[in-house]
Amino acid sequence: MDRIPILKMGRALLITIQVDMHDQMAIALEEDLTTKIAQTGAKGVLIDISSLEVVDSFIGRMLDNIAAVSRVLDAETVVVGMRPAVAITLVELGLTLQGVKTALNVERGFEVISRRLQDIEAEDGGAGE
Amino acid sequence: MATADIGQSIASRRAEILQEWGGHLRDAGALNSGRIKQSELDTQTREFLDLLIKTFSGSGAEVEPHRRTLRQNIGDISRSRAIQGFTPTETATFIFSLKQPVFDALNRDYAKDPAALSRALWAVTELLDGLGLHSMEVFQKSREEVIIRQQKEIAELSTPVVKLWDGILALPLIGTLDSERTQVVMENLLQSIVEHAADYAIIDITGVPTVDTLVAQHLLKTVAAARLMGADCIISGIRPQIAQTMVHLGVELNVVSKANLADALAAALRATGRAVQAMKTPASGVNGLSASKA
Amino acid sequence: MAAPVSDTMPIQSSDDIVRVRQEVRRRAAEQGLGIVDQTKFVTAASEIARNTLDYGGGGSVHLEVVTDGLRKGLRLIFEDQGPGIPNIELALTDGYTTGSGLGLGLSGSRRLCNEFAIESEPGKGTRVTIARWK
Repeated sequence: MDRIPILKMGRALLITIQVDMHDQMAIALEEDLTTKIAQTGAKGVLIDISSLEVVDSFIGRMLDNIAAVSRVLDAETVVVGMRPAVAITLVELGLTLQGVKTALNVERGFEVISRRLQDIEAEDGGAGE
Repeated sequence: MATADIGQSIASRRAEILQEWGGHLRDAGALNSGRIKQSELDTQTREFLDLLIKTFSGSGAEVEPHRRTLRQNIGDISRSRAIQGFTPTETATFIFSLKQPVFDALNRDYAKDPAALSRALWAVTELLDGLGLHSMEVFQKSREEVIIRQQKEIAELSTPVVKLWDGILALPLIGTLDSERTQVVMENLLQSIVEHAADYAIIDITGVPTVDTLVAQHLLKTVAAARLMGADCIISGIRPQIAQTMVHLGVELNVVSKANLADALAAALRATGRAVQAMKTPASGVNGLSASKA
Repeated sequence: MAAPVSDTMPIQSSDDIVRVRQEVRRRAAEQGLGIVDQTKFVTAASEIARNTLDYGGGGSVHLEVVTDGLRKGLRLIFEDQGPGIPNIELALTDGYTTGSGLGLGLSGSRRLCNEFAIESEPGKGTRVTIARWK
């Protein structure tokens, strides 16, 4: 079964979802991501969903879960590139993804994560790394 | 068979019938409004009559296709009448004023045979009445289509999204916000957020008469959708009465809100790290701004 | 070449759910539905297909193009022989702001469709019919 690749970029992880995922892929992604965050000590997770034409409640919950698990592991999740039609549909479904940060595109998403990384570095600066 | 004879009867008096029919239509005021020209009307009556003749002249398997074409023809005429704004009566008159000239023709040809005349008259009546009903149905449906299209246009025109500054959009809402309109608003807003890579959208509701729980829900939906695209919203223009109504109804808008658009813009500018400053040497009026090349 | 006007697809695995999404999307686009309407309908289809699989133990969906003389649309009929829904009213009332996915996702799907009907009885399976018009 295909698994979605997770790229490490500095202290952040980038996932680009390009295929119409079936449920097992989504579950596998959650697991792989959790493992990778712990392994790499990543502080930021960027999920690019600009290729997704449909986000239903299952995928929505996956995004919520990933954000929640990441938070526990001290990483911030940003979901980027949601299509307008998808946003309108999610809102109608009643899924507002409250626990998930969002940004317009990958560039903006990285800005959000960079800000956090800078804050962390500032904190670490005092204690040494 | 009787119908072929009817076809022949009509065909042989084609010019006469067209002239009488045209006369009836003119008398009924078909050309008064100016929406249709004499030449157009002539073409329509000619085409219809020829199709009618074909329908009556054929036999067996030929008849059905001709009937369908005839139905389609009157359907198209009715649709165009509806879209051009003719009344139902004006549209129905097109068919019904054809009866007299055709009956005259049949009367003359079947004068010696009352039974055949009666059958012929019935055959023509049945066909024309059926077509008349069909034309009314098409007319009705076409009118509904026009209304729905106009409603959509109104909804779109009345929800412009304006770029106030880099990354800051304004959405001045005028009028009530129902669920139909909310869809259009959301689509326009999200599209603009993408186009302008906006960080903030200011939704000004000065022009929204009442904010009850439903309207609040619609506003919240819009805010949530914008948020999913990475843009934060500020609501501005909540009038004192609206604020009171909302409190009484227990409506909560969990969004930053400012009294007016200006305050909202100032807040958005601050949030994006910008400020408005006074210039050392002020320009003289708005024209002065373009003239000075400092 | 034109696709058949009506069709039945099995829902027995999560791959089937993906196939249903893609076919519904294709047909919705064919009927000329706008992108937002397409997305809403495909999402609703995905929700109900998942219910059919997870709660209904698997079933099928029947797709058909429908017309009322003037408008054209798409209708989907989901069927399963599962345990059925004991309290349909309750299943349809998860609050708008909940979205916790605890319910069967039905009320959300209803909002995404022009037409929505459920027939279900405990022990007799479930049939959900949804439609979207252009």
